[in-house]
Amino acid sequence: MSRLILDLLLRATAETLEMVLASGLLAVIGGLPLAVLMMLTGPSGLCRMPWLSRPLGLLIDAVRAVPFIILLVLLIPFTRYVVGTSLGTTAAIVPLAIAAIPYFARIAEVSLREVDPGLIDAVRAMGGTRWMVVRYVLLPESLPGLISGFTVTLVTLVGASAMAGAIGAGGLGDLAIRYGYQRFNTPVMLGVVLVLIVLVTGLQALGNVCSRTARHGSR
Amino acid sequence: MSLLAVEQISRQFGGQTALQDISFTVERGDSLGIIGRSGAGKSTLLRCLNGLERPDSGRILFEGEDLAAVPDNRLVMLRRKIGFVFQHFNLLSSRTVASNIALPLEITGAPAPQRKKRVAELLDLVGLSDHASKYPALLSGGQKQRVGIARALAANPALLLCDEATSALDPETTSSILKLLSDINHNLGLTLVFITHEMDVVRQLGRHVVVLEHGRIIARGTPDSVLQNDPPLRLPSGLSPTARAGDHTVLRLTLDTQALIAPLLADSAAQATVLDAQARQTGGTQTLEALVQLSTSTPDALSLLQATAQSVEVIGYVPSDT
Ligand SMILES: Nc1ncnc2c1ncn2[C@@H]1O[C@H](COP(=O)(O)OP(=O)(O)OP(=O)(O)O)[C@@H](O)[C@H]1O
Ligand SMILES: [Mg+2]
Repeated sequence: MSRLILDLLLRATAETLEMVLASGLLAVIGGLPLAVLMMLTGPSGLCRMPWLSRPLGLLIDAVRAVPFIILLVLLIPFTRYVVGTSLGTTAAIVPLAIAAIPYFARIAEVSLREVDPGLIDAVRAMGGTRWMVVRYVLLPESLPGLISGFTVTLVTLVGASAMAGAIGAGGLGDLAIRYGYQRFNTPVMLGVVLVLIVLVTGLQALGNVCSRTARHGSR
Repeated sequence: MSLLAVEQISRQFGGQTALQDISFTVERGDSLGIIGRSGAGKSTLLRCLNGLERPDSGRILFEGEDLAAVPDNRLVMLRRKIGFVFQHFNLLSSRTVASNIALPLEITGAPAPQRKKRVAELLDLVGLSDHASKYPALLSGGQKQRVGIARALAANPALLLCDEATSALDPETTSSILKLLSDINHNLGLTLVFITHEMDVVRQLGRHVVVLEHGRIIARGTPDSVLQNDPPLRLPSGLSPTARAGDHTVLRLTLDTQALIAPLLADSAAQATVLDAQARQTGGTQTLEALVQLSTSTPDALSLLQATAQSVEVIGYVPSDT
């Protein structure tokens, strides 16, 4: 019995980690360039383009406004088109990533905007191009903030991935609902909650360490 | 050809004038101080000199190329020949001291061995060789500014701009930074344009000075000539360093007040000593108000003075030995 629970928990943890890390990675790949674009084309940016930054900001916020469970359903055709099925762990990564990209984009944008404008001036005064400003100033200087923001995104994804259980995505949330909520299997439910607590606090602690290391004693 | 020739530049920020009709030239190896009150437009002017800010009108000729008119990609290349030192250092916290100094060389695309050699030279010049691998957060203000200066010198610029490089530092650190800047100017022959609001800095570092007020140059000259005049003389607007056809000449005279007044008493036995004098602007006329001590108060001396002076008033008497 406890052997079985352990097996279930291990498999579910692996599925959750797969969903969270894959969609987290996609959130950075998609969200970071969006954040840089928003910052550069925004009102005080280096290449002001309101015709681009405004609609982009609107789109980002529109996606963030849709409750995740609705997004999950809305995206079923798209998910089926991308991964061939709308069920299972891999399929859940698509809506999770779509939700996480604008989420992380906004968080990353805040970090980028917090970079001291004097540093941008410094690199421009040296004869740096706009790309060099991004490469030498914006990204490295906001790295501690970006890492913290990424940690928050991952933790949010842990919660969201539980909802993806609704489309049979598996993972810890799915396990908790099927065994704990539907069958009143308290040991499994408690086990899931325990693993989730360990997972979230572990992610947060790791994120804090990385962020502090990247800070190099400043602030 | 001057290294830098600023010709009648103006800049407005939303209807508010930050710079108006500014002209001056800077020769190679020269050092020019820009002084003026807070909000006078000093930083705006300096930022125009490396194109961080574009003037609304006028020309800024750097080695003959107009910074106000060149396209962006050319401006980026020209900036690589102009170093900039900031009041608040603006060092990248993500890079070590050595790597901060190397950044301008990475930007110009210098190969790694050459970068390393140059960084070592500069660390030596500013006396920070022991701190090469530290991050800026661990340095004192003075050390940070040394890194700022080394970084500004890294790409061998033709011109060094300093915006209040010492304003965030204590007096002792200030004098060591000033010494460094003055060595760079004298020994390396690097042209310097700096902003300050401290007279001592101008005296130590400047060979020429311009005084800015409300976006205009109200005085210019050597530190001695400018700082003596307190308040400085008001220069006419539209003053240009070069003469155009039909121009009038503007010059600065220094007159001995004693020599001005003595001839008035040539026909009298009385001796006049000027105790104090001050130029005054009353309506449209310039007057000189002088406090004069006469050796004998003979009536003829007084009437001689009254004949020329606008007013004469006897205000008291002092013993002859004063
Ligand atoms: N980017 C800007 N937008 C709007 N107004 C500006 C901007 N930069 C400067 N100004 C205005 O231009 C004027 C001159 O500013 P500037 O910073 O050049 O003065 P400053 O002489 O350097 O003063 P301080 O000694 O305080 O540094 C000020 O009135 C300021 O408010
Ligand atoms: Mg200023």
